[in-house]
Amino acid sequence: MDLKFTGDLVGFWNLFVIVVVLVSIIGCAVFLWVQSSATHSPGEVTGHVWDGDLQEYSNPLPNWWRWMFYLTVVFALVYLALYPGLGSNPGVFGWSMRGQYDAEMKVAEATYGPKFNQFLAQDVMTVAANPEAKEMGGRLFQTYCAQCHGGDAGGAPSFPNLKDGDWLWGGTPDRIKETIAAGRTAVMTPKGTKPDMDAEQVRDVVHYVRSLSGLAADSVRVQRGQELYPQACAACHGADGKGMTAAGYPNLTDKVWLYSSREDKMIEIVTKGVQNHMPPYGEFLGPAKVHVLTAYVWGLGGGEKPVAPVAAAPAAAQN
Amino acid sequence: MLTHEKIETSNTLMIVLITLLVSVGGLVQIVPLFFQKSTTTPANELVRPYDPLRLVGRDIYIREGCYNCHSQMIRPFRAETERYGHYSVAGEYIYDHPFQWGSKRTGPDLHRVGGRYSDQWHKIHLIDPRAVVPESNMPAYPWLDRPLREPHIGAKMAALRRVGVPYTDQEIADAPKALEGKTELDAIVAYLQGLGLALKQTR
Repeated sequence: MDLKFTGDLVGFWNLFVIVVVLVSIIGCAVFLWVQSSATHSPGEVTGHVWDGDLQEYSNPLPNWWRWMFYLTVVFALVYLALYPGLGSNPGVFGWSMRGQYDAEMKVAEATYGPKFNQFLAQDVMTVAANPEAKEMGGRLFQTYCAQCHGGDAGGAPSFPNLKDGDWLWGGTPDRIKETIAAGRTAVMTPKGTKPDMDAEQVRDVVHYVRSLSGLAADSVRVQRGQELYPQACAACHGADGKGMTAAGYPNLTDKVWLYSSREDKMIEIVTKGVQNHMPPYGEFLGPAKVHVLTAYVWGLGGGEKPVAPVAAAPAAAQN
Repeated sequence: MLTHEKIETSNTLMIVLITLLVSVGGLVQIVPLFFQKSTTTPANELVRPYDPLRLVGRDIYIREGCYNCHSQMIRPFRAETERYGHYSVAGEYIYDHPFQWGSKRTGPDLHRVGGRYSDQWHKIHLIDPRAVVPESNMPAYPWLDRPLREPHIGAKMAALRRVGVPYTDQEIADAPKALEGKTELDAIVAYLQGLGLALKQTR
Protein backbone atom coordinates (compact mmCIF):
# COMPACT_ATOMS: atom_id res chain seq x y z
CA MET A 1 0.00 0.00 0.00
CA ASP A 2 1.52 3.27 -1.09
CA LEU A 3 0.00 6.09 0.90
CA LYS A 4 2.74 8.55 0.01
CA PHE A 5 3.33 9.19 3.67
CA THR A 6 6.86 10.50 3.61
CA GLY A 7 9.97 10.67 1.52
CA ASP A 8 8.65 13.08 -1.08
CA LEU A 9 10.64 16.11 0.06
CA VAL A 10 12.97 15.98 -2.91
CA GLY A 11 14.83 18.16 -5.38
CA PHE A 12 14.67 21.90 -4.96
CA TRP A 13 12.57 21.94 -1.79
CA ASN A 14 14.83 19.47 -0.07
CA LEU A 15 17.80 21.70 -0.83
CA PHE A 16 15.79 24.77 0.14
CA VAL A 17 15.02 23.40 3.59
CA ILE A 18 18.61 22.31 4.17
CA VAL A 19 20.01 25.67 3.11
CA VAL A 20 17.54 27.81 5.07
CA VAL A 21 17.97 25.71 8.22
CA LEU A 22 21.77 25.69 8.10
CA VAL A 23 22.11 29.34 7.10
CA SER A 24 19.80 30.48 9.89
CA ILE A 25 21.53 28.39 12.56
CA ILE A 26 25.04 29.27 11.47
CA GLY A 27 23.93 32.86 10.90
CA CYS A 28 22.85 33.04 14.53
CA ALA A 29 26.26 31.78 15.67
CA VAL A 30 28.14 34.21 13.46
CA PHE A 31 25.98 37.11 14.52
CA LEU A 32 26.53 36.26 18.14
CA TRP A 33 30.27 35.99 17.62
CA VAL A 34 30.47 39.31 15.75
CA GLN A 35 28.44 41.07 18.39
CA SER A 36 30.35 39.71 21.32
CA SER A 37 33.78 40.30 19.79
CA ALA A 38 33.14 44.00 19.28
CA THR A 39 35.38 46.01 21.55
CA HIS A 40 33.91 47.59 24.60
CA SER A 41 35.50 49.90 27.08
CA PRO A 42 34.23 49.42 30.63
CA GLY A 43 31.88 52.10 31.75
CA GLU A 44 30.87 53.10 28.21
CA VAL A 45 27.23 54.26 28.04
CA THR A 46 24.77 54.02 25.14
CA GLY A 47 24.10 57.71 25.09
CA HIS A 48 20.42 57.44 25.97
CA VAL A 49 19.28 59.58 28.84
CA TRP A 50 15.91 59.13 30.52
CA ASP A 51 14.29 61.25 33.20
CA GLY A 52 17.13 63.69 33.12
CA ASP A 53 19.85 61.47 34.57
CA LEU A 54 19.05 57.80 33.90
CA GLN A 55 21.67 56.20 31.59
CA GLU A 56 22.39 52.69 30.20
CA TYR A 57 25.78 50.89 30.13
CA SER A 58 26.78 49.41 26.79
CA ASN A 59 28.22 46.21 28.25
CA PRO A 60 28.52 42.91 26.37
CA LEU A 61 26.38 39.90 27.40
CA PRO A 62 27.61 38.06 30.48
CA ASN A 63 29.74 35.10 29.47
CA TRP A 64 27.44 32.40 30.93
CA TRP A 65 24.61 33.84 28.91
CA ARG A 66 26.63 34.04 25.70
CA TRP A 67 27.78 30.45 26.06
CA MET A 68 24.26 29.28 26.57
CA PHE A 69 23.43 30.82 23.19
CA TYR A 70 26.31 28.93 21.62
CA LEU A 71 25.05 25.80 23.34
CA THR A 72 21.64 26.11 21.68
CA VAL A 73 23.40 26.32 18.32
CA VAL A 74 25.37 23.16 19.09
CA PHE A 75 22.23 21.45 20.33
CA ALA A 76 20.41 22.31 17.09
CA LEU A 77 23.20 20.89 14.94
CA VAL A 78 23.49 17.70 16.99
CA TYR A 79 19.71 17.27 16.92
CA LEU A 80 19.60 17.66 13.16
CA ALA A 81 22.36 15.08 12.81
CA LEU A 82 20.50 12.52 14.95
CA TYR A 83 16.84 13.13 14.06
CA PRO A 84 14.99 14.00 10.85
CA GLY A 85 14.73 17.72 10.17
CA LEU A 86 17.43 18.62 7.69
CA GLY A 87 15.45 18.20 4.49
CA SER A 88 14.86 14.54 3.73
CA ASN A 89 17.87 13.42 5.77
CA PRO A 90 16.51 10.72 8.13
CA GLY A 91 19.14 11.33 10.83
CA VAL A 92 21.55 8.86 12.44
CA PHE A 93 18.88 7.26 14.65
CA GLY A 94 16.54 6.73 11.69
CA TRP A 95 13.60 7.78 13.85
CA SER A 96 10.24 8.44 12.22
CA MET A 97 6.76 9.03 13.54
CA ARG A 98 5.47 6.11 11.53
CA GLY A 99 8.31 3.91 12.74
CA GLN A 100 7.52 4.73 16.35
CA TYR A 101 3.86 3.94 15.75
CA ASP A 102 4.70 0.62 14.10
CA ALA A 103 6.97 -0.28 17.01
CA GLU A 104 4.22 0.60 19.49
CA MET A 105 1.75 -1.57 17.58
CA LYS A 106 4.23 -4.44 17.44
CA VAL A 107 4.76 -4.38 21.20
CA ALA A 108 1.00 -4.24 21.73
CA GLU A 109 0.46 -7.15 19.35
CA ALA A 110 3.09 -9.20 21.17
CA THR A 111 1.54 -8.35 24.54
CA TYR A 112 -2.18 -8.48 23.84
CA GLY A 113 -2.34 -10.51 20.63
CA PRO A 114 -1.87 -13.89 22.36
CA LYS A 115 -4.43 -12.95 25.02
CA PHE A 116 -7.07 -12.58 22.32
CA ASN A 117 -5.80 -15.31 20.04
CA GLN A 118 -5.89 -17.99 22.78
CA PHE A 119 -9.69 -17.81 22.62
CA LEU A 120 -9.86 -18.28 18.86
CA ALA A 121 -9.25 -22.01 19.28
CA GLN A 122 -12.17 -22.36 21.71
CA ASP A 123 -15.79 -22.34 20.68
CA VAL A 124 -17.89 -19.31 21.51
CA MET A 125 -19.84 -20.90 24.35
CA THR A 126 -16.64 -21.97 26.11
CA VAL A 127 -15.22 -18.49 25.74
CA ALA A 128 -18.45 -17.01 27.09
CA ALA A 129 -17.96 -19.00 30.29
CA ASN A 130 -14.42 -17.63 30.79
CA PRO A 131 -14.40 -14.69 33.23
CA GLU A 132 -11.27 -13.14 31.72
CA ALA A 133 -12.75 -13.24 28.22
CA LYS A 134 -15.92 -11.75 29.60
CA GLU A 135 -14.03 -8.81 31.03
CA MET A 136 -12.13 -8.29 27.77
CA GLY A 137 -15.33 -8.58 25.76
CA GLY A 138 -17.04 -6.11 28.04
CA ARG A 139 -14.35 -3.51 27.40
CA LEU A 140 -14.60 -4.05 23.65
CA PHE A 141 -18.34 -3.70 23.93
CA GLN A 142 -18.06 -0.39 25.77
CA THR A 143 -15.68 0.95 23.13
CA TYR A 144 -17.36 -0.20 19.94
CA CYS A 145 -20.95 -1.20 20.65
CA ALA A 146 -22.32 0.83 23.55
CA GLN A 147 -23.01 3.92 21.46
CA CYS A 148 -25.96 2.19 19.82
CA HIS A 149 -26.81 -0.82 22.00
CA GLY A 150 -26.30 1.05 25.26
CA GLY A 151 -23.72 0.66 28.01
CA ASP A 152 -25.85 -2.10 29.57
CA ALA A 153 -26.61 -3.70 26.17
CA GLY A 154 -30.26 -2.95 26.82
CA GLY A 155 -30.67 -1.20 23.50
CA ALA A 156 -32.78 1.83 22.62
CA PRO A 157 -35.56 2.46 20.13
CA SER A 158 -34.17 1.38 16.72
CA PHE A 159 -31.24 -0.43 18.37
CA PRO A 160 -31.85 -3.96 19.59
CA ASN A 161 -31.60 -5.10 23.17
CA LEU A 162 -28.90 -7.78 23.28
CA LYS A 163 -29.74 -9.15 26.71
CA ASP A 164 -33.10 -10.69 25.96
CA GLY A 165 -33.67 -13.85 24.00
CA ASP A 166 -35.21 -12.02 21.07
CA TRP A 167 -32.96 -11.98 18.02
CA LEU A 168 -33.66 -10.28 14.73
CA TRP A 169 -30.91 -12.16 12.92
CA GLY A 170 -30.51 -15.19 15.15
CA GLY A 171 -28.81 -15.73 18.47
CA THR A 172 -26.58 -18.70 17.80
CA PRO A 173 -22.83 -18.10 18.05
CA ASP A 174 -22.34 -18.25 14.30
CA ARG A 175 -25.16 -15.85 13.57
CA ILE A 176 -24.00 -13.32 16.17
CA LYS A 177 -20.48 -13.48 14.83
CA GLU A 178 -21.77 -12.96 11.29
CA THR A 179 -23.75 -9.94 12.46
CA ILE A 180 -20.75 -8.35 14.16
CA ALA A 181 -18.28 -9.11 11.38
CA ALA A 182 -20.34 -8.38 8.28
CA GLY A 183 -23.01 -6.07 9.62
CA ARG A 184 -26.71 -6.24 8.77
CA THR A 185 -29.02 -4.15 6.67
CA ALA A 186 -32.76 -4.40 7.09
CA VAL A 187 -35.27 -2.80 4.78
CA MET A 188 -39.02 -2.74 5.11
CA THR A 189 -40.61 -1.32 2.00
CA PRO A 190 -43.45 1.21 2.42
CA LYS A 191 -46.72 -0.66 2.94
CA GLY A 192 -44.97 -4.00 2.70
CA THR A 193 -45.79 -6.00 -0.39
CA LYS A 194 -49.09 -4.23 -0.98
CA PRO A 195 -48.11 -0.68 -1.93
CA ASP A 196 -51.64 0.26 -3.01
CA MET A 197 -53.05 0.22 0.55
CA ASP A 198 -54.82 3.40 1.56
CA ALA A 199 -54.53 5.00 4.98
CA GLU A 200 -57.52 3.12 6.39
CA GLN A 201 -56.18 -0.21 5.21
CA VAL A 202 -52.81 0.54 6.78
CA ARG A 203 -54.57 1.25 10.05
CA ASP A 204 -56.50 -2.01 9.74
CA VAL A 205 -53.40 -4.07 9.17
CA VAL A 206 -51.63 -2.34 12.06
CA HIS A 207 -54.51 -3.24 14.33
CA TYR A 208 -54.30 -6.84 13.23
CA VAL A 209 -50.57 -6.89 13.93
CA ARG A 210 -51.19 -5.37 17.35
CA SER A 211 -53.68 -8.10 18.12
CA LEU A 212 -51.03 -10.75 17.45
CA SER A 213 -49.12 -9.81 20.59
CA GLY A 214 -52.10 -8.80 22.69
CA LEU A 215 -51.79 -5.03 22.27
CA ALA A 216 -54.98 -2.99 22.36
CA ALA A 217 -56.75 -3.28 19.00
CA ASP A 218 -60.12 -2.54 17.49
CA SER A 219 -61.83 -5.86 16.74
CA VAL A 220 -63.50 -4.67 13.56
CA ARG A 221 -60.21 -3.35 12.21
CA VAL A 222 -58.48 -6.55 13.30
CA GLN A 223 -60.89 -8.52 11.18
CA ARG A 224 -60.33 -6.33 8.12
CA GLY A 225 -56.58 -6.26 8.73
CA GLN A 226 -56.45 -10.02 8.93
CA GLU A 227 -57.62 -10.19 5.33
CA LEU A 228 -54.93 -7.74 4.20
CA TYR A 229 -52.09 -9.31 6.18
CA PRO A 230 -51.35 -12.27 3.87
CA GLN A 231 -50.91 -9.95 0.92
CA ALA A 232 -49.12 -7.10 2.63
CA CYS A 233 -46.94 -8.66 5.32
CA ALA A 234 -46.80 -12.44 5.22
CA ALA A 235 -44.09 -12.67 2.55
CA CYS A 236 -41.56 -11.46 5.13
CA HIS A 237 -43.11 -11.72 8.57
CA GLY A 238 -44.64 -15.12 7.84
CA ALA A 239 -48.25 -16.26 7.73
CA ASP A 240 -48.17 -16.71 11.51
CA GLY A 241 -46.37 -13.34 12.07
CA LYS A 242 -43.37 -15.05 13.64
CA GLY A 243 -40.90 -13.52 11.19
CA MET A 244 -37.71 -15.20 10.03
CA THR A 245 -34.35 -14.67 11.71
CA ALA A 246 -32.52 -16.08 8.68
CA ALA A 247 -33.32 -12.85 6.83
CA GLY A 248 -33.83 -10.48 9.73
CA TYR A 249 -37.61 -10.31 9.50
CA PRO A 250 -38.92 -9.45 12.96
CA ASN A 251 -41.34 -11.55 14.92
CA LEU A 252 -44.60 -9.62 15.30
CA THR A 253 -46.18 -11.90 17.86
CA ASP A 254 -43.88 -11.24 20.81
CA LYS A 255 -43.82 -8.24 23.12
CA VAL A 256 -40.52 -6.87 21.77
CA TRP A 257 -40.89 -3.75 19.65
CA LEU A 258 -37.70 -2.36 18.13
CA TYR A 259 -39.18 0.99 17.15
CA SER A 260 -42.39 1.48 19.03
CA SER A 261 -45.60 -0.26 20.00
CA ARG A 262 -47.55 2.98 19.77
CA GLU A 263 -50.30 2.87 17.19
CA ASP A 264 -49.35 6.13 15.46
CA LYS A 265 -45.69 5.09 15.21
CA MET A 266 -46.61 1.69 13.83
CA ILE A 267 -48.83 3.32 11.23
CA GLU A 268 -45.95 5.64 10.29
CA ILE A 269 -43.57 2.72 9.89
CA VAL A 270 -45.95 0.71 7.74
CA THR A 271 -46.75 3.78 5.64
CA LYS A 272 -43.22 5.03 5.07
CA GLY A 273 -41.28 1.82 5.45
CA VAL A 274 -38.10 1.69 7.48
CA GLN A 275 -34.41 1.01 7.00
CA ASN A 276 -31.94 -0.01 9.60
CA HIS A 277 -28.30 -0.85 9.48
CA MET A 278 -25.67 -2.42 11.66
CA PRO A 279 -22.19 -1.49 10.39
CA PRO A 280 -19.65 -4.28 9.80
CA TYR A 281 -16.79 -4.57 12.29
CA GLY A 282 -14.96 -7.63 10.98
CA GLU A 283 -12.13 -5.92 9.17
CA PHE A 284 -11.71 -3.20 11.75
CA LEU A 285 -11.50 -5.50 14.78
CA GLY A 286 -9.99 -8.62 13.26
CA PRO A 287 -11.13 -12.21 13.88
CA ALA A 288 -9.86 -12.64 17.45
CA LYS A 289 -11.61 -9.59 18.87
CA VAL A 290 -14.79 -10.39 16.96
CA HIS A 291 -14.66 -13.86 18.50
CA VAL A 292 -14.32 -12.52 22.05
CA LEU A 293 -17.02 -9.94 21.40
CA THR A 294 -19.33 -12.62 20.01
CA ALA A 295 -18.86 -14.64 23.16
CA TYR A 296 -19.59 -11.58 25.29
CA VAL A 297 -22.80 -10.77 23.43
CA TRP A 298 -23.84 -14.43 23.39
CA GLY A 299 -23.27 -14.60 27.13
CA LEU A 300 -25.31 -11.50 27.93
CA GLY A 301 -28.26 -13.76 28.59
CA GLY A 302 -29.97 -14.27 25.28
CA GLY A 303 -27.54 -16.56 23.48
CA GLU A 304 -29.00 -19.57 21.75
CA LYS A 305 -27.31 -22.95 21.43
CA PRO A 306 -26.20 -23.88 17.91
CA VAL A 307 -28.92 -25.66 15.99
CA ALA A 308 -28.58 -29.45 16.12
CA PRO A 309 -24.85 -30.12 15.94
CA VAL A 310 -25.83 -33.78 15.63
CA ALA A 311 -23.03 -34.94 13.40
CA ALA A 312 -20.34 -33.09 15.32
CA ALA A 313 -21.41 -34.14 18.81
CA PRO A 314 -20.27 -37.78 18.82
CA ALA A 315 -16.93 -36.84 17.30
CA ALA A 316 -16.40 -34.25 19.99
CA ALA A 317 -17.30 -36.77 22.67
CA GLN A 318 -14.67 -39.20 21.39
CA ASN A 319 -12.02 -36.54 21.65
CA MET B 1 29.18 46.16 10.35
CA LEU B 2 25.83 45.49 11.99
CA THR B 3 26.44 46.86 15.42
CA HIS B 4 24.08 46.89 18.30
CA GLU B 5 23.79 50.66 17.98
CA LYS B 6 23.09 50.65 14.27
CA ILE B 7 20.27 48.10 14.50
CA GLU B 8 18.59 49.66 17.45
CA THR B 9 18.57 53.13 15.96
CA SER B 10 17.27 52.17 12.50
CA ASN B 11 13.61 51.18 12.30
CA THR B 12 13.86 49.89 8.76
CA LEU B 13 16.85 47.66 9.46
CA MET B 14 15.21 46.34 12.61
CA ILE B 15 11.98 45.54 10.75
CA VAL B 16 13.86 43.74 7.97
CA LEU B 17 15.93 41.67 10.37
CA ILE B 18 12.97 40.72 12.58
CA THR B 19 10.91 39.73 9.53
CA LEU B 20 13.74 37.55 8.28
CA LEU B 21 14.13 35.92 11.66
CA VAL B 22 10.50 35.08 12.30
CA SER B 23 9.88 33.83 8.76
CA VAL B 24 12.51 31.08 8.96
CA GLY B 25 10.14 28.66 10.71
CA GLY B 26 7.35 29.24 8.22
CA LEU B 27 9.66 29.08 5.23
CA VAL B 28 11.00 25.72 6.31
CA GLN B 29 7.90 24.13 7.82
CA ILE B 30 5.03 25.47 5.74
CA VAL B 31 6.14 26.60 2.28
CA PRO B 32 7.53 23.24 1.07
CA LEU B 33 4.19 21.59 1.96
CA PHE B 34 2.54 23.49 -0.88
CA PHE B 35 4.71 21.59 -3.32
CA GLN B 36 4.87 18.08 -1.84
CA LYS B 37 2.99 15.16 -3.33
CA SER B 38 1.85 13.82 0.03
CA THR B 39 0.03 17.07 0.84
CA THR B 40 -1.31 18.03 -2.58
CA THR B 41 -2.48 14.76 -4.13
CA PRO B 42 -5.22 12.39 -2.89
CA ALA B 43 -4.01 9.69 -0.48
CA ASN B 44 -5.73 7.12 -2.70
CA GLU B 45 -8.49 6.88 -5.30
CA LEU B 46 -11.17 6.86 -2.58
CA VAL B 47 -10.48 10.49 -1.67
CA ARG B 48 -13.06 12.35 -3.76
CA PRO B 49 -14.39 15.91 -3.79
CA TYR B 50 -17.50 16.39 -1.64
CA ASP B 51 -20.72 15.89 -3.55
CA PRO B 52 -23.21 18.78 -3.20
CA LEU B 53 -25.19 17.28 -0.30
CA ARG B 54 -22.03 16.54 1.68
CA LEU B 55 -20.65 19.95 0.91
CA VAL B 56 -23.76 21.59 2.36
CA GLY B 57 -23.58 19.20 5.30
CA ARG B 58 -20.04 20.35 5.86
CA ASP B 59 -21.19 23.97 5.95
CA ILE B 60 -23.78 23.00 8.56
CA TYR B 61 -21.03 21.25 10.53
CA ILE B 62 -19.13 24.54 10.53
CA ARG B 63 -22.22 26.65 11.21
CA GLU B 64 -23.14 24.61 14.29
CA GLY B 65 -19.58 24.80 15.56
CA CYS B 66 -19.03 21.04 15.67
CA TYR B 67 -15.29 21.67 15.35
CA ASN B 68 -15.31 23.24 18.81
CA CYS B 69 -15.72 19.85 20.43
CA HIS B 70 -14.77 17.37 17.70
CA SER B 71 -11.41 17.03 16.00
CA GLN B 72 -10.86 15.40 12.62
CA MET B 73 -7.29 14.30 13.10
CA ILE B 74 -6.37 10.85 14.31
CA ARG B 75 -2.80 10.86 15.57
CA PRO B 76 -0.45 7.91 15.05
CA PHE B 77 -0.78 6.50 18.56
CA ARG B 78 -2.18 3.08 19.35
CA ALA B 79 -4.64 4.55 21.85
CA GLU B 80 -6.20 6.52 19.01
CA THR B 81 -6.04 4.03 16.17
CA GLU B 82 -7.61 1.24 18.27
CA ARG B 83 -10.61 3.43 18.89
CA TYR B 84 -10.98 5.43 15.70
CA GLY B 85 -9.14 3.52 12.99
CA HIS B 86 -6.13 4.26 10.82
CA TYR B 87 -4.32 7.48 11.63
CA SER B 88 -5.05 10.46 9.39
CA VAL B 89 -2.76 11.33 6.49
CA ALA B 90 -2.39 14.66 4.70
CA GLY B 91 -3.63 13.35 1.37
CA GLU B 92 -7.09 12.76 2.83
CA TYR B 93 -7.74 16.46 3.39
CA ILE B 94 -6.87 17.93 0.02
CA TYR B 95 -10.48 18.85 -0.81
CA ASP B 96 -11.10 20.44 2.59
CA HIS B 97 -11.22 24.23 2.39
CA PRO B 98 -10.76 25.01 5.20
CA PHE B 99 -9.66 21.96 7.18
CA GLN B 100 -11.80 20.83 10.09
CA TRP B 101 -8.92 19.41 12.12
CA GLY B 102 -10.13 21.12 15.29
CA SER B 103 -7.99 21.38 18.37
CA LYS B 104 -10.11 20.10 21.23
CA ARG B 105 -11.91 16.87 21.95
CA THR B 106 -14.82 17.33 24.26
CA GLY B 107 -16.43 14.70 22.06
CA PRO B 108 -14.64 11.97 20.11
CA ASP B 109 -12.61 12.48 16.97
CA LEU B 110 -14.81 12.26 13.88
CA HIS B 111 -12.30 11.73 11.12
CA ARG B 112 -13.35 8.10 10.57
CA VAL B 113 -16.92 8.28 11.78
CA GLY B 114 -18.16 7.49 8.25
CA GLY B 115 -19.94 4.14 8.25
CA ARG B 116 -19.30 3.66 11.95
CA TYR B 117 -22.97 4.15 12.86
CA SER B 118 -26.17 3.90 10.87
CA ASP B 119 -27.89 6.93 9.32
CA GLN B 120 -30.72 6.24 11.70
CA TRP B 121 -28.36 6.50 14.68
CA HIS B 122 -26.96 9.81 13.51
CA LYS B 123 -30.41 11.28 13.03
CA ILE B 124 -31.65 10.23 16.46
CA HIS B 125 -28.37 11.28 18.02
CA LEU B 126 -28.27 14.76 16.48
CA ILE B 127 -31.87 15.50 17.43
CA ASP B 128 -31.40 14.19 20.96
CA PRO B 129 -28.02 12.66 21.90
CA ARG B 130 -29.39 11.30 25.20
CA ALA B 131 -31.88 9.13 23.32
CA VAL B 132 -29.09 6.77 22.31
CA VAL B 133 -26.21 7.63 24.65
CA PRO B 134 -27.65 8.49 28.07
CA GLU B 135 -24.25 9.63 29.40
CA SER B 136 -23.65 12.05 26.51
CA ASN B 137 -23.00 15.73 27.21
CA MET B 138 -23.41 16.76 23.59
CA PRO B 139 -25.96 19.51 22.98
CA ALA B 140 -29.10 18.58 21.06
CA TYR B 141 -29.64 20.02 17.58
CA PRO B 142 -33.38 19.52 17.10
CA TRP B 143 -33.74 22.33 14.56
CA LEU B 144 -31.72 20.41 11.97
CA ASP B 145 -34.82 18.50 10.91
CA ARG B 146 -35.93 21.27 8.57
CA PRO B 147 -35.82 21.70 4.79
CA LEU B 148 -32.44 22.51 3.35
CA ARG B 149 -32.08 25.96 1.85
CA GLU B 150 -28.87 26.54 -0.06
CA PRO B 151 -29.37 28.85 -3.05
CA HIS B 152 -25.62 29.37 -3.50
CA ILE B 153 -24.45 25.81 -3.95
CA GLY B 154 -23.30 26.43 -7.52
CA ALA B 155 -21.32 29.50 -6.53
CA LYS B 156 -19.74 27.63 -3.64
CA MET B 157 -18.62 24.81 -5.87
CA ALA B 158 -17.28 27.27 -8.43
CA ALA B 159 -15.31 29.02 -5.68
CA LEU B 160 -13.89 25.71 -4.48
CA ARG B 161 -12.93 24.89 -8.05
CA ARG B 162 -10.82 28.03 -8.12
CA VAL B 163 -8.82 26.76 -5.17
CA GLY B 164 -8.26 23.39 -6.76
CA VAL B 165 -11.25 21.09 -6.22
CA PRO B 166 -11.90 19.48 -9.62
CA TYR B 167 -15.66 19.99 -10.01
CA THR B 168 -16.87 19.80 -13.59
CA ASP B 169 -19.35 22.27 -15.12
CA GLN B 170 -21.86 19.44 -15.28
CA GLU B 171 -21.50 18.67 -11.57
CA ILE B 172 -21.99 22.33 -10.70
CA ALA B 173 -25.04 22.59 -12.93
CA ASP B 174 -26.58 19.44 -11.42
CA ALA B 175 -25.90 20.45 -7.83
CA PRO B 176 -29.23 22.17 -7.01
CA LYS B 177 -31.09 19.06 -8.14
CA ALA B 178 -29.11 16.89 -5.70
CA LEU B 179 -30.34 19.03 -2.80
CA GLU B 180 -34.03 18.94 -3.70
CA GLY B 181 -36.30 17.67 -0.96
CA LYS B 182 -33.45 17.16 1.50
CA THR B 183 -33.34 18.31 5.09
CA GLU B 184 -30.39 19.80 6.92
CA LEU B 185 -30.28 16.56 8.85
CA ASP B 186 -29.87 14.57 5.62
CA ALA B 187 -27.01 16.83 4.60
CA ILE B 188 -24.99 16.65 7.78
CA VAL B 189 -25.54 12.90 8.09
CA ALA B 190 -24.35 12.48 4.50
CA TYR B 191 -21.28 14.54 5.37
CA LEU B 192 -20.52 12.53 8.50
CA GLN B 193 -21.08 9.21 6.74
CA GLY B 194 -18.50 10.16 4.10
CA LEU B 195 -15.77 11.09 6.55
CA GLY B 196 -12.55 9.13 6.52
CA LEU B 197 -13.67 6.32 4.24
CA ALA B 198 -10.43 6.39 2.24
CA LEU B 199 -8.49 4.43 4.85
CA LYS B 200 -11.45 2.78 6.55
CA GLN B 201 -10.40 -0.77 5.88
CA THR B 202 -6.71 -0.23 6.48
CA ARG B 203 -5.21 -1.28 9.75
